[in-house]
Amino acid sequence: MTIATIDSSASQPARASLFYDPVIRGVVFQVLLALFIIYLVYSGVTNAANNLARAGIATGFGFLNNRAGFDIGQSLIPYTANSTYRQAFFVGLTNTIFVAAIGIFFATILGFIVGIARLSKNFLVRKVAEVYVETLRNIPLLLQLLFWYKAVLSALPAPRGSIEMFNSSVFLNNRGLIMPHYLAEAGASIFYASIAIGIAVAVVIARWAKKRQMATGQIFPTIRVALGLIIGVPLVVLFVLGVPFTAEYPELSGFNFSGGTTIRPEFMALLLGLSLYTAAFIAEIVRAGILAVSKGQTEAAFSLGLRPNTTMRLVIIPQALRVIIPPLTSQYLNLTKNSSLAIAVGYPDLVSVFSGTVANQTGQAVEVISITMIVYLTLSLLTSAFMNWFNSRVALVER
Amino acid sequence: MSDTHAETDVATTRLAFVRNDFLKSEAPPVREGGLGHWLKVNLFATPKDTILTILMALFLAWILPPLLNWAFFSAVWDGSNREACLGEGRGACWAFVDAKFAQFMYGRYPIDERWRVDLTAILLIVSLVPLAIPSVPYKKFNAIFLLVVFPIIAFILLTGQFGLRPVRTDLWGGLLVTLVVAIVGIVVSLPLGVLLALGRRSHLPFVKYASIVFIEFWRGVPLITILFMSSVMLPLFLPDGVTFDKLLRALVGVAFFASAYMAEVIRGGLQAIPKGQYEAADAMGLSYWQKMRLIILPQALTMVIPGIVNTFIGLFKDTSLVLIIGIFDLLGIVQLNFADPNWAAPQTAITGFAFAALVYFVFCFGMSKYSLYMERRLDTSHR
Repeated sequence: MTIATIDSSASQPARASLFYDPVIRGVVFQVLLALFIIYLVYSGVTNAANNLARAGIATGFGFLNNRAGFDIGQSLIPYTANSTYRQAFFVGLTNTIFVAAIGIFFATILGFIVGIARLSKNFLVRKVAEVYVETLRNIPLLLQLLFWYKAVLSALPAPRGSIEMFNSSVFLNNRGLIMPHYLAEAGASIFYASIAIGIAVAVVIARWAKKRQMATGQIFPTIRVALGLIIGVPLVVLFVLGVPFTAEYPELSGFNFSGGTTIRPEFMALLLGLSLYTAAFIAEIVRAGILAVSKGQTEAAFSLGLRPNTTMRLVIIPQALRVIIPPLTSQYLNLTKNSSLAIAVGYPDLVSVFSGTVANQTGQAVEVISITMIVYLTLSLLTSAFMNWFNSRVALVER
Repeated sequence: MSDTHAETDVATTRLAFVRNDFLKSEAPPVREGGLGHWLKVNLFATPKDTILTILMALFLAWILPPLLNWAFFSAVWDGSNREACLGEGRGACWAFVDAKFAQFMYGRYPIDERWRVDLTAILLIVSLVPLAIPSVPYKKFNAIFLLVVFPIIAFILLTGQFGLRPVRTDLWGGLLVTLVVAIVGIVVSLPLGVLLALGRRSHLPFVKYASIVFIEFWRGVPLITILFMSSVMLPLFLPDGVTFDKLLRALVGVAFFASAYMAEVIRGGLQAIPKGQYEAADAMGLSYWQKMRLIILPQALTMVIPGIVNTFIGLFKDTSLVLIIGIFDLLGIVQLNFADPNWAAPQTAITGFAFAALVYFVFCFGMSKYSLYMERRLDTSHR
């Protein structure tokens, strides 16, 4: 072998046969793969067309304009049984986005708390957080959802024996969580405006404080002032106006409550399951992110005289976020996709309304499931685009 | 020491801050060890810590006694029907789990044929355990047996071939189905994931984009829509007269879904291999597949073991979703049994869920602990 190598290196490299030419091989391989895929798609489409024709199922998206004829338990937009399938689709879509958005909100907060707790120097805090994470992430989400729905929420007492909270204004029973409904009176708009103004002023002050700190090093208590502006000022306005809201309290009439707002057990179970489960994963991501910040950074901050809290907020978290955000994005996507398990607890999300009821009623499974899949693909791409943008804002700028 | 100083540098000895004589040795600090010190550091380091500790202790005192009471002290262990579990103050109805245990394991698999499932399980354990223990020799034969021979035997035993009584897959259920779906998913997704990951990094544009589309499609949609697709849509795409089993269709969906995730995990590993490794392999004159098999993949796969195991764990948990298309896996069969009027009691559902949760937990937690152990073992980096 060695001799052969030396010989060939001395002369011109021998021309390989076409069979061994990497370019030819690449082309041949790709053409074969392409033919295979084309064959699969072609045979699938012709088979589907034949099968559908034989079963007498209509094709195309015309069915979207037909009358749906079924009721949906929970809807954010106007919907009746007389609405079209198209409207049913939008009900499912908004319900999916609604539960996903609220779930992401709670999972993020809880995940950050648990993640930081796992790094606590306090033994009890650390262990409780660890047990939480290990238990929840090693049990299937579907089981957790069914547990909340079937074992906890349906085991609650009937409306007559409701658990009463907050001076008998909030009731918890197997029909859901029933809370007073607040109706706005004249003057409520001033209250809303005060919240908006509070937020706007807080943003302006935060910017000014940051600029001043950059220029002079003087620290302004931004968070406390902002909280005062966003929560305190509207509260004062609320009482000055004499609380311009009338509460409609739920009342027990017959076998159920009337009045008030009801959060249905299906929604509660889904939200509880999604947030608690995803929070366990977010906690691990946060922990890994904080551990990824080198210890020298903490030591440097301490040696500059920063206090532990300030170090956490100004030095550790900003650097940890760079590590945290990409996997956090995946968790947000997972939560959104997992909300499709709503079908198991009967919350009318996109999959349950559209891939479930509508597909069964119309028989147009191909169209319905394709639309559902396209929606989830779009949601995935939008979320990751947003998070990539956010990521690029916080990413390390190397100079 | 002082001698040498005195000899070499006289000025030093005059300096006030250089000590010339030894101090008496002091006793070591008392509080640096023992329970008291541990408590001080771990629980009561600062006032804030003390408050947190008290809050946590109150929380545990609130949650633990009722939990233990429910699971053990007032739980019902024996009984032949719901009567045993009825009544005020009764805890978990373990008698229900006990009575239904065989169903939870085998589903509706014919009772006379259950030895075949047991035999399969024993074969699996016998071939898996030695493979998992690093010091046991003959890893290669072991792996070939587990990945090639065992699936064939398992298939023959479970479905019933060569004179064994056939058992239709709609009779399968319980942990059996959970494990079949999970293991098939794992065994298929690993090689397919490797191929897809290599495809995604290929220089051949068609191969690359075909892989990207495949991966992004399966990753972008919820598993449940894939299961719907496999149970409702897949039969439509097959020629008339060709049907295949519902469980098999679900398996195809689960395996593709897992492959896409696996591909992304492995791609991460491939990206982390320094370019020099590729170049060195090229310089050695290795062909593409030799280079991948001997140089790149062993390093890449070792690097992403945690990710691979995470995918396995995710897959194991996701198998529970097959219940939505009417396949009775462990969770499905547990839930199905709540409807049994013989056992309808307030505690039945919660106990059933607790049992299922425990089974899933044992498998998933076991996998994650084993992966941590392997990670430490294979860690060749010198940090």
